[in-house]
Amino acid sequence: MSILARNLTKTFGAYTALADVSLEIPTGKLVALLGPSGSGKTTLLRIIAGLEFADTGSGRIDFHGSDVTDVPAGKRGVGFVFQHYALFKHMTVAENIAFGLTVRPRRERPDRAAIDARVKELLKLIQLDDLGARYPAQLSGGQRQRIALARALAVQPKVLLLDEPFGALDARVRKELRRWLRHFQREIGVTTLFVTHDQEEALELADEVIVMNNAKIEQVGTPQEVYDRPASPFVIEFLGNVNRFATKAHPLPGAGSDVLYVRPHDVDILRDYHGEHGVRVHVQHVFSAGNTGRVALVREDNGDAIDAELSRVRLAELNLVAGDQAWVVFRHIRLFPAGAFTERDVATEDATPAVADPGQGI
Amino acid sequence: MSRSHRSVIPGFGLSLGLTLTYLSLIVLLPLSAAFIKTLGMSWDGFWTAVASPRVVASYRISFLASLAAASVNCVFGLIVAWVLVRYPFPGRRIVDALVDLPFALPTAVAGIALTALYAPNGWIGALVAPYGVKIAFTEIGIFIALTFIGLPFVVRTLQPIIEELEPEFEEASASLGANRWQTLRRVIFPQLVPALLTGFAMAFARALGEYGSVVFISGNMPMRTEITPLLIITKLEQYDYAGATAIAVVMLGASFLMLLVINLLQKWSRRHHAV
Repeated sequence: MSILARNLTKTFGAYTALADVSLEIPTGKLVALLGPSGSGKTTLLRIIAGLEFADTGSGRIDFHGSDVTDVPAGKRGVGFVFQHYALFKHMTVAENIAFGLTVRPRRERPDRAAIDARVKELLKLIQLDDLGARYPAQLSGGQRQRIALARALAVQPKVLLLDEPFGALDARVRKELRRWLRHFQREIGVTTLFVTHDQEEALELADEVIVMNNAKIEQVGTPQEVYDRPASPFVIEFLGNVNRFATKAHPLPGAGSDVLYVRPHDVDILRDYHGEHGVRVHVQHVFSAGNTGRVALVREDNGDAIDAELSRVRLAELNLVAGDQAWVVFRHIRLFPAGAFTERDVATEDATPAVADPGQGI
Repeated sequence: MSRSHRSVIPGFGLSLGLTLTYLSLIVLLPLSAAFIKTLGMSWDGFWTAVASPRVVASYRISFLASLAAASVNCVFGLIVAWVLVRYPFPGRRIVDALVDLPFALPTAVAGIALTALYAPNGWIGALVAPYGVKIAFTEIGIFIALTFIGLPFVVRTLQPIIEELEPEFEEASASLGANRWQTLRRVIFPQLVPALLTGFAMAFARALGEYGSVVFISGNMPMRTEITPLLIITKLEQYDYAGATAIAVVMLGASFLMLLVINLLQKWSRRHHAV
């Protein structure tokens, strides 16, 4: 079931949560709505679910070609999973999962045996076969989240919507559940949209990422696309660590202060350098715990901080200690002039492309 | 207490001692005085005091009117609490403050005001009088007075619980296809039951013991509208202390039993909340 939303606007008093947002989600995909808090991502999800409605007169939502704009949540055929699970505390796990089936009008309601069979099947699917008789209070966070998912799936929704599904879990469980969800979604093939503010989660889990900021969609693309070809300074800053430098001298005519971005793993540190693109730095601190080595550097000419990330082998080769002098070279930079956008790859070696030197004047 | 179980606040021994002493002094001592006083009676004397037809009729009216008042308060108290928490409307704070008035008002004032309203020549009494309905000086009057004084107990116990009810539960229910009635009955109401039981118990207990606001409106006709607390006062005025305390002991026993049952019910309704 595909989702098509067009021109959605939502305001709460003077505050705009969504400004003319449109998006399309193809059938069967696992899509992440990624953005900082207050970016409008949860509002968008809730409007798609029918728990909230866009401002009157604005926008339209289609599920597989049929207009559901004014259809209430219960009739949209969506499964919604809340961040804090929202399991009914006074019902057993089995009763929770069966809820959506037992509230159906008598004519459409499956009989008791069919409901029990469905609950059993779902418990098996979420790998909690024996917990049907427990109450939610007796379960762990990860188990509760899976039950919330099973409850949403019991009514065979056409679309599965998850609001920060792993937000309330600890890091280890989150990773485990993430992998499980990925596998699970592939298996049942239901179109799934989930909200997250965790870029790692979005990049790792989703087929497609929708990056949101300030009530607008900044970029839509595969995880690779949004990471490698960010469409705006916001996207590059939000997806992972990045060094940010203000610069004036760039090859394009443009007013205002332009910004140059370099990912820490695109910063190479050299003991000795004789080319034209090097920047003289001194080492402030070396962190070598973890799978990569990180070095905090300070530029000697203007005091800007630069973070570099390199392999531990390379770090050992360099044998840097705080206070050392060195050169850095940027392998890959991204320049965002005010209003425009350029991108350039710079070779580590001196074989610089015959274009204006991006390293110049930075 | 072992060292490994130290609580954050020190002085467990001292505070437990204080609690027991205080409760004994304030609650237990007067109550046991009533029991001790009745111990001086012969069994026959006790039985005549507590089981004479006039006294039994008073139990009946006291318990039934209190039960009815507490039940009605549960229904309307729930609605009032719900509206006060969930719907912002102009003057909400004033309405919220109004709920406490029955707490604050001297009960005699409430009784006189209610009587003036519901007497056959009062504002409301005059409205229903042409249809042959009498409110003041009947059981209905007692019921109204008891409803009046019981309302804040239900509203004030429910309010914090409704405030804590996450809208997520309702949304989850709605997104699973439940209609409003199903959401109310199967999702919201079960979460309110423990608080509702507490409110009911308090309103009921208060109504059983209420004296001031009832005596004016009830008319105090023996066998019909004479409540038990009034009967106790009457006995006291006749210097029949033993008779008065005997009735008090019966009331005490009955109230204690009811509160115990409600407490157990409450525990049962909360069984899922335990981890």
